[in-house]
Amino acid sequence: MTTHYLVLSVLLFTIGAVGVLIRRNAIVAFMCVELMLNACNLAFVTFARQHGNLDGQIIAFFVMVVAAAEVVVGLAIIVTIFRTRRSASIDDANLLKY
Amino acid sequence: MGETITFWVLAVVSVSAALGLVFSRKAVYSALMLGAVMLSLAVLYAVQDAPFLAAVQIIVYTGAVMMLFLFVLMLVGVDSSDSLVETIRGQRLWAMIAGLGFAVLVALAVGNLVVAPPTGLAGATQGAGGNVPAIAELIFTRHVFAFEVASALLITAALAAMVLAHRERSRPKPTQKVLARARFLSDHPSPLPGPGTYARNNAVDMPALLPDGSISELSVNRVIARHEAEEGGLPEDPKLAEAIRQAVEEESK
Repeated sequence: MTTHYLVLSVLLFTIGAVGVLIRRNAIVAFMCVELMLNACNLAFVTFARQHGNLDGQIIAFFVMVVAAAEVVVGLAIIVTIFRTRRSASIDDANLLKY
Repeated sequence: MGETITFWVLAVVSVSAALGLVFSRKAVYSALMLGAVMLSLAVLYAVQDAPFLAAVQIIVYTGAVMMLFLFVLMLVGVDSSDSLVETIRGQRLWAMIAGLGFAVLVALAVGNLVVAPPTGLAGATQGAGGNVPAIAELIFTRHVFAFEVASALLITAALAAMVLAHRERSRPKPTQKVLARARFLSDHPSPLPGPGTYARNNAVDMPALLPDGSISELSVNRVIARHEAEEGGLPEDPKLAEAIRQAVEEESK
């Protein structure tokens, strides 16, 4: 069963990564990042059971905490950018490039 | 046996929901799909001897994070769909190919592993008497520093969100005196006619009738008028449609 869970985790991670690469809406790209974090958590929980060690679950718990903080700050940044530029597309925020 | 069935059902659900997250055109559908993935992952945690994480997943992710996403979607505008212009040529195609290659590579590597049957967490949780006490014991002894740092991180994040989302008022707030003066200087010292006054029903999209029976375009709500004109859903009554069109023109001036 462990292998199944790990393959599922890899699949979800890949779908999230592809989403980050192809979606231009900042909020959807951000959701794909959350999907990648969730996939990693699944792998952590699976390994915790595989090795009979609770540390994996605790790391997954801390990942959730950090992800919650990250979502708050990231969405605040998106709202700020939307306010000044009237757009939530990640292609429009390119001022630092030049 | 029960775990196998649960796994396969939830694997299909979560992978198809994840695909829907990436490929749906509307951002709200993406958010709902992400919620479906998170719920099925919570059940998978519960199946894998992690009841505490399953509860936290539902409370923190589907409860708090998803609501935050939906709130920001409403703030930013649900209609903000993707631009289909590729800034890097062929980016979508190559992203797909890279994703497929990555998935095949890692899935093959993981699939070829020979793993022993899972040890199970019974041994680890037995001493403390259950999953939650065992996790509590570890968090408050070995990982207590990380726990304190996490609380500092959460406070910092809350402060950061407040600082980032705060907007300074660029001009002073108009007082009642200023507003009253502006109103008497304008053409309409009286309040604007409410929607539906003297009309046959009092829905907000019904313009008010003036005493002579003509339609007052001032009473049509600007937002509704613009929306109806953009969607092409003008009412069939020509007088109504004309009033709404006039209201939109007023707005665009």
